Amino acid sequence: MDFDYQAMRTFADSWGLVYLMAIFLFVVFWIFRPGSQKHVDDAAQIPFKED
Amino acid sequence: MRNASWVVLVGAGAFLALLGAALGQDQLFRVHMGILTVVLLGSTAVLLRTAKFAPAGGDAASESQYFDSVVRYGAIATVAWGIVGFLVGVVVAAQLAWPQLNIEPWFNFGRMRPLHTSAVIFAFGGNALLATSFYVVQRTCRARLFGGDLAWFVFWGYQLFIVMAATGYLLGGSAGREYAEPEWYVDLWLTIVWVAYLLVFMGTLMKRKEPHIYVANWFYLAFIITIAMLHVVNNLAMPVSFLGAKSYSLFSGVQDALTQWWYGHNAVGFFLTAGFLGMMYYFVPKQAGRPVYSYRLSIIHFWALIFLYIWAGPHHLHYTALPDWAQTLGMVFSIMLWMPSWGGMINGLMTLSGAWDKLRTDPILRMMVIAVAFYGMSTFEGPMMSIKAVNSLSHYTDWTIGHVHSGALGWVGMISFGAVYFLVPKLWGRQRLYSLRMVNWHFWLATLGIVVYAAVMWVAGIQQGLMWREYNDQGFLVYSFAESVAAMHPYYVLRTLGGLLYLVGGLIMGFNIYMTIRGKLRDEVPMGEEAPQPVAQPAE
Repeated sequence: MDFDYQAMRTFADSWGLVYLMAIFLFVVFWIFRPGSQKHVDDAAQIPFKED
Repeated sequence: MRNASWVVLVGAGAFLALLGAALGQDQLFRVHMGILTVVLLGSTAVLLRTAKFAPAGGDAASESQYFDSVVRYGAIATVAWGIVGFLVGVVVAAQLAWPQLNIEPWFNFGRMRPLHTSAVIFAFGGNALLATSFYVVQRTCRARLFGGDLAWFVFWGYQLFIVMAATGYLLGGSAGREYAEPEWYVDLWLTIVWVAYLLVFMGTLMKRKEPHIYVANWFYLAFIITIAMLHVVNNLAMPVSFLGAKSYSLFSGVQDALTQWWYGHNAVGFFLTAGFLGMMYYFVPKQAGRPVYSYRLSIIHFWALIFLYIWAGPHHLHYTALPDWAQTLGMVFSIMLWMPSWGGMINGLMTLSGAWDKLRTDPILRMMVIAVAFYGMSTFEGPMMSIKAVNSLSHYTDWTIGHVHSGALGWVGMISFGAVYFLVPKLWGRQRLYSLRMVNWHFWLATLGIVVYAAVMWVAGIQQGLMWREYNDQGFLVYSFAESVAAMHPYYVLRTLGGLLYLVGGLIMGFNIYMTIRGKLRDEVPMGEEAPQPVAQPAE
């Protein structure tokens, strides 16, 4: 395996793209998962727990 | 003895700096090390005078309290460096309008310009980020800062970086990289400080008592980690001598240019945007007294922003030797950035839904809201300017300068002022600020200053761009470059005026903060109420 320019950019625009997209889609799924409303409402209140 | 190890370390540093001053290979390095010696010797003296001889472990009780003294210093440093940075900005603006003001060699435009950009971005903005991140991470994690005195090292180490960077510019040293002008030895120092900053922040997150990491901390953490990466890669360089100031970048040609703008644009994206968004997501809800409009949107905002911003840098190199596909990539990602930016702006503004009436009586909230509005405006303008066809007109003109300032003065400046006004009464245990009316004055002076500045630079930039591309029917350029420079004079005068208004606002803030810290309250009519009418005396 040599790390020439072409190999790296091919990796970046295939697996790298899939990896970043997968993280993003997972995040979107995760925050909209059923039953998450209570969690996000609680999280939004964190600044008001202390002075 | 408390401080003992710090005294030894700083004293040893002063000795090494003295060696550098004696053995330096060039004049700049010797003088710069001389300055460092004086600064470190002074610091050693202060450390010795403040040393406490209490037995070790005497501070155990403070573990249950928040570490706020460093935040107090950070708030003062923010205000002080802000005024310095705005003042230098007004001076460089005046130098462009009246070139006679260039005082060689130390105070000519070439040396003052990086002094201005570093002072406002890194000294003013950086201290605002340091102070607020230390404040917010403790409150939202319900934990004291990790690492004890390490936070003090971060604060004072960062001030030392600022002093070394600023004096280096005035002495004529520059790595020649925009927004990263300090030479290699100053860069190395900043790297050490930044790693300590990351340790303090991460350590506090690790020992948090709140299970969820609040979204503001995600933005702050992304800012700290990304700036570490950008700083290290962009400043990879080989010094000519380890006892000399000059160094050369490890990259060359177009690779060097791309590395520079990968850094430069992400400094905008992660220093001037992500970090200050962390501020927005804490201080806007606090000041409005309502939770953020949509916590879900804030998370999408975060991930979309950090995944997209990192690719936008090539738009600074349109129509250069950079491969065409890379330019298009930079343009496309810049345009996609509209989405998360406006999502974030809407999230910030809608946090006030149902509480808009507070704007009438709360100039601090007003400041935060105008900041978010400017965030929206400049993140609309930026992607538009990254479109190649628009860029062919706007690039290298003063339109770019206007755009940067609507973002920097409007978004970064205003949200920082809002955060400082929120923090200072809390940190010093004051009932309220010295004067809310003065905040209102600051608000209007700053807003008017930005509007004058940005509007003038639009006209100037578009005129410049049109003059440069004007051909006659025989295919010759109509205007020489010097003619386009001469045409800028009235705009440069007006721009100086805009900057001056902003500076006066900053001075009012300085006075207000000073009086608040001293515990004074100005006798004034509360905001939103009429001044009592003088009762008419019946005529005799």
